[in-house]
Parts: sequence; structure tokens; C-alpha cells
Amino acid sequence: MKVRIPTPLLSYTGEERTVEADGATVDDVLADLDRQFPGLRFRVVDEQGRLRRHMKVFVNDESTRDLSTAISEIDELTLMQALSGG
Amino acid sequence: MGSVGTSVLLVGTRKGVFTLTGDASRQGWTLSPPKFLGHIAQHVVLDPRNRRRLVAGVSTGHLGPTVFWSDDLGGTWTESTRPPAFRTGDELGRSLAAVFWLTPGHVDEPDVWYAGGSPQGLFRSEDGAVTWEPVDGWNDHPMWTTWAEWPEQNTPDGSMLHSVNIDPRDPAHLYLGLSAGGVFESTDGGADWHPINAGCAIAFLPETDAEPEFGHDPHCVRLHPTHPDRLYQQNHCGIYRMDRADARWVRIGDNMPRATGDIGFPIELHPRDPDTAWVFPMDGTDVWPRTSPDGLPAVYRTRDAGTSWTRCDDGLPAPAWYTVKRQAMTVDEEPSVGVYFGTTSGEIWASADEGDTWNCLASHLPEIYSLEHARPDPALQ
Repeated sequence: MKVRIPTPLLSYTGEERTVEADGATVDDVLADLDRQFPGLRFRVVDEQGRLRRHMKVFVNDESTRDLSTAISEIDELTLMQALSGG
Repeated sequence: MGSVGTSVLLVGTRKGVFTLTGDASRQGWTLSPPKFLGHIAQHVVLDPRNRRRLVAGVSTGHLGPTVFWSDDLGGTWTESTRPPAFRTGDELGRSLAAVFWLTPGHVDEPDVWYAGGSPQGLFRSEDGAVTWEPVDGWNDHPMWTTWAEWPEQNTPDGSMLHSVNIDPRDPAHLYLGLSAGGVFESTDGGADWHPINAGCAIAFLPETDAEPEFGHDPHCVRLHPTHPDRLYQQNHCGIYRMDRADARWVRIGDNMPRATGDIGFPIELHPRDPDTAWVFPMDGTDVWPRTSPDGLPAVYRTRDAGTSWTRCDDGLPAPAWYTVKRQAMTVDEEPSVGVYFGTTSGEIWASADEGDTWNCLASHLPEIYSLEHARPDPALQ
């Protein structure tokens, strides 16, 4: 499936804004992304499996913080950074 | 970055990493462009054992914390393949928010590094900061939830573990500081720990007859490199010295001018003389502005282990309203020791005469979190 990558993570994907990854859940897809782009997952998900506070995940146009959310090949996953900082 | 002179200042800021490269006279300094622009760089340290491996603890406003290392003084960086983190499935559900402090290990353990975190975890690398493991003896100590600030974190920017000091005579003899929590010691390589806070004030808790064993707020703890039975600390509640045979902290800040007080973040030690130290006092009155008292920045120096203090402000601006954070003061090892500090207003000030006179090396940088002097391997120049 197609995964859209936010600017803070482009250094991991070689500046690719859209990449392909596989998985039956959001967490599976993040694990596949980490296999392709080592280190990416830990910047997005903490060591207890929680989505970091200022990161967002959309399955198509639905926001979710539940990484067990099922996802299929026809879905599109978007990683985004939340409003944060200054 | 990558241009290397004889002396380098490593600058960690709220918006990235900079270096200042000095000439042999320490008069001419060249500022690098930023690396990791926009990243929060809590601490950047060169390994003094090989003078080649540079390690940085960084995060961003969005992304989790990590560590990068460089063997060409910041020309290229590689991310740790297993950054510091609590164990997955941790009973307390802890996750690391920041890699706050970095300490290279003992000279006999050439690839060991320690990292202190927020929350107050301790992490160790045995391969030059490429991979990290939690120090279970600390993180899972039966007293951790009592000693550490958890789950509430009352320190303004999050509770942190800092000031990891290693006895140069024994790699298993470690000290660390908790803001808040106190100073702790291990004599078995981190397997077990005990507090060593006797004599320290704890003015932010109700007075009791019994002297609290922990709960103090050391801001910065330094072990003297050539006299390792002597420790100094700048605490939330004063400046202290401990000679280990006495097993008690002595408030040497009582000898500071009363109008200045003895509150601050950093303390730095002379590399050879155990009686000489520098502090940067801040206003700890009223609502704790944490700027220099009366807006008059000054370093204070002792040459007699804290019995007396000399104000060192020749060349410093007045008035000025900045703070110097706990990692943002450093010294070199020249015969006339250079003293350096970085400010929350993005200035770097230097003295090549042990604090007598001061010059501004850089200004208009982001808020400075850390400043470390380093002398890189000449082969990298």
C-alpha cells in the first residue's frame, strides 16, 4: 500500500514522500517501514508501542492512534506531524 | 562542520548543533553552519579517549529521542541502530522522552558510553554509542519509584538523570544526579545504588528533624579528575563540596556574597587543581527568575575549595538577562585554563585566563543547552 511520509521523516526514506509498505495492521506497516528504513519506527512509536504524542496516523482520511487498526492493500496510510512546538 | 583546528567547542542548542573551531591562541574562532537544524540537541560530546567519536543526543518537537554519532567531527552522522530506550513491556510503562546527558566511559572500557534520560533512566552502550541497553540495576531498582520523580515530573522541562561521573580509578564506581531526587552512587558497575546526600539542603520540602536521604535537587555534579575523592555540586539549594572521607556535603556556597547567593545550574572544575572551580550564579529569590542576580552576569571562581569566591565579570555585558544551563559551561586543559559558557540567549563567552577577562565568541545562536570543549585527533584536521 501507499504510505505518505511527513517532512521530519524524509531523511529516513531518502527524501521519498511516498513509499510502499505491507501489513495487515498499522503496526505491521510501521514494522515494514522500519525494515526498509531502519530507525523510522522508533521516532514515531515509543518503546511501549504508543504513537508519540505529536505524531498522527491516518488510514485514508480517518485518524487513529490505535496501531492495531486493520488496514488493507487498497487503503492509504498517512503519517503526519501534529501541531507542535515553537 | 568538518573544519578542525586545535580546539573545538561543541554547541548543543534548541535548534541544532554548531561547532566553534579555535586557533592555537584561542583568540580566533570560526562558527560552523548548523547541523540537525531544527532538532533539539541536548548534549554533544567528543570521546576524550579516541578524540574521534562525536556523540549527540537529539530529538525534535515531533519525533522521539535518538542518538547520532560521527567520526569526522560532524561531517557525516550515523544514527544509533538501537537508541537508548526503556525495555518494551516495562512494568511502569516508561518511555524515553529525551536523551538528556552523555558521558564517555572509563578509559579501560574504550567503547562504553552512558546516557541519562528524561524520565530518569540510565542507559549504557558498549560499542561506541551504536547500540544501547537499559542499565537495569538503576532503572529497575526497587527504590527507583521512590528516588525518581515518577509518575509526576515536577522539574520544569521534565525530570532528568544527569551528571554521570566515573571514578578514574575504578570503572565500576559510578555517580549520577537526579533533578530531582539527589546524588546516587554505585560501586558495582550500576547493579546497585545508594543515595549520598547528607549535608545537602532541601528547601523545597517541609523541614523535618530527620535529614532526608534523597529527594534533593543537584543541578550539576562534578568529580575531580585527578582527585576523585573530591566532588562538587551546584544544587538547587546551594553550592557544595564533598571529600569522600567526610561522607558529607559542605555548603561552600555559604561563602558566596549574600546578595548574589549560591543558586545556579553549572559548576566546572579545574582539570588539575582540585581547589579551583567556577560557577555561574542565578537569581533564586522571589519567583526564581533564574537570570543573573540584578541582571549583572558573572562567573564566580574559588581557588581554595570554596572557602572564598572571586567575582569574574570583566568583559561581560551589563545588564543582561540570560541563564546558563547545567551542561552549558566547560573548561579546557591549557596551562592557563580556558573557561567557556553558553547562554539561553544564544551567546558563547570565553575566558583564556581562568575567568579574569571575558570575550564573546558567538552571538545570535538558538538557546544553548550544552557546551563542551574538545580537542580532536589532529589526524582529523
